[in-house]
Amino acid sequence: MSHSLMAPSAVSKTGTPALEIRGLGKTFPIGGLFSRDSVRALHGIDLTIGNGEIVALVGESGSGKSTLARCVARLEKPSSGRILIDGVDVLKRDRFQASRAFRSQLQMVFQDPFGSLNPAHRIEHFLRRSLAIHGKGGGSGEQTQRRLEELMTTVGLEADMLNSYPHELSGGQRQRVAIARALAVEPQVILADEPTSMLDVSVRIGVLNLMRKLRDEQGISMLYITHDLASARYLADRTAVMFAGELVEEGESLDLLANPAHPYTQLLVSAVPDPARAGSYDPVRRAELRQAVMASTHCVFDGDPNQACSAEEPVRHQVGDPANRHWVRCHLYRPWAAAGGHALASEPIQTGHPASNAQEEASA
Amino acid sequence: MTISQVSFGSHEPVLDVKDLTVKYIGDTRSTTAVDRVSFSIGTGEVFGLAGESGCGKSTIANSIMRLLKDPAKIAGGSISFGGKDVLAMSPEELRRFRWQDVAMVFQSAMNSLNPVLTIGEQIVDIFTTHAGYSRKESLRRAGELLELVRIDPARLKSYPHQLSGGMRQRAVIAMAVALKPSLLILDEPTTALDVVVQQEIMAQIKELQRELGFSVLFITHDMSLMVELSHRMAVMYGGRIVETAKAQDVYATPRHPYTQALMSAFPPLTGPRVPLTGLPDGVKFRNIPDLTEVVPGHFVAPFGSDASVIDSANLEGAAR
Repeated sequence: MSHSLMAPSAVSKTGTPALEIRGLGKTFPIGGLFSRDSVRALHGIDLTIGNGEIVALVGESGSGKSTLARCVARLEKPSSGRILIDGVDVLKRDRFQASRAFRSQLQMVFQDPFGSLNPAHRIEHFLRRSLAIHGKGGGSGEQTQRRLEELMTTVGLEADMLNSYPHELSGGQRQRVAIARALAVEPQVILADEPTSMLDVSVRIGVLNLMRKLRDEQGISMLYITHDLASARYLADRTAVMFAGELVEEGESLDLLANPAHPYTQLLVSAVPDPARAGSYDPVRRAELRQAVMASTHCVFDGDPNQACSAEEPVRHQVGDPANRHWVRCHLYRPWAAAGGHALASEPIQTGHPASNAQEEASA
Repeated sequence: MTISQVSFGSHEPVLDVKDLTVKYIGDTRSTTAVDRVSFSIGTGEVFGLAGESGCGKSTIANSIMRLLKDPAKIAGGSISFGGKDVLAMSPEELRRFRWQDVAMVFQSAMNSLNPVLTIGEQIVDIFTTHAGYSRKESLRRAGELLELVRIDPARLKSYPHQLSGGMRQRAVIAMAVALKPSLLILDEPTTALDVVVQQEIMAQIKELQRELGFSVLFITHDMSLMVELSHRMAVMYGGRIVETAKAQDVYATPRHPYTQALMSAFPPLTGPRVPLTGLPDGVKFRNIPDLTEVVPGHFVAPFGSDASVIDSANLEGAAR
């Protein structure tokens, strides 16, 4: 019997979280050759993803979610902080570039399934290559073939599609191939950066359901990066909200979106179109929320003897039942002015490409 | 029974599209992108057209503006605007019809601004070309226009790259309503924008619509957004309309399985977390029949019969 897809092979028994991000920071230099200016894209990110847990990272473009993903994927070198996979600091273990061992622990699924598959190769090539590079194909050609078919079945595709070229597949099917390619490596963590935003709406749910199924059946942990609060709520166990390169609130998804404590989260939630509460738009209320994000004069936890307020990081107030692990950064804390300022100006800077968010911040 | 008879209110329809068929003619085979589509939009009415990429909704918008290029051909049907036959217009009539009667905001329109001209120059251009105002008068009106969409008139001197995406999009909308058109076509006006900005743009459009009283043809795949903004809406699939009714009715009781799939593609933000299915990869409807009136004002294409088979073994179509 070769590798069974049903066995949660990657789940460690020790109870260490699958992925831990500690104090991660990233600054980009800006200006000319001799300039010493820099822009702070990420600051002090602490995020833990337990085994078999799906954590969603939400925020607007320019908030730094994609920079965080690129740092965790080791496509970008973080300026400070640690990234632990299974308790091992991977930044220390392979200092200069990501090792093959790291790649076999963490895999990525990108936004654009039209750009992430080489059009000159058949589907089989992508999967076979993943298996070969990471030595997961089994000994014989027969085993490899069986494994290929297994992978296709897992992601809900017909095995005979292995002979197709990417252009013969629909967007949803291509994204499934991209997921199969990540799975071939048997990773512990999958990093999915807006995996559904380029897909047609009617097949998006299918891809989200597939991700949930992989978690349930194989215990793969996931970091799901999105700007769609509703899909975060649908898929993720926990949701973290990012604003101006920092996390401002995190908690159990349903609880967080039902009782958003931070004004920025409230602003995001209030902007989601929902026919069930049509006419909810109130410019005055929203102006207040904007104001509160940048310069709150009081905190909802003022006067709570158990949770003192402070404008200094890291003050994280616990919201509601401790079981929900829902915390919010103290309202008194002022986000780093420049980054927060334009992210929240009444005309937020819109960045064209998610990967270039941080650089765009610099040019503003 | 045609759908044009149930426009919102009792006004004369501004736009009346009847049995519109658009084909893309190829060397070896032709594709019917829009297939016998009929709808009408009343004065001051917001009409939504929902559907996924490739369903023909943008082709319809381009047909109305007469912007179709080869190999696309209008193969049948009629489009009349305020009683005039759009398909029979001469180039000179078309020039006046575009922008003065019907204006369009394209998908990612914020990238349609000319990067080497200031916002002011581009707006002035509209007034001098289409309305024949003097440069000074045009500049004054351009300032007013920006104020209308709450952009500081000092921004007239800015280049597009100096504005944020939301501001650029608002500038484009301001330019579209510059000549007070009676119909505004919005083709996915907010797809490239963040949710907070999207909300603000939509609120802005609603406000302008109330103020200026134009009709809107609103094209999007986001059903929640559409239901919030539109009075009436139609759902398109494979070049055909599968369902049309008042937006609230479609939201409350979607009747066609495709409409239901589109609705459930957006998980709710409240209530318990229930598993949704969406449309399975590869499911496809074929030979969609003409609409029938199921309840007054609610038209649905019959489904589930032999006429509209659901084919799950096919690669193309639904999943694209």
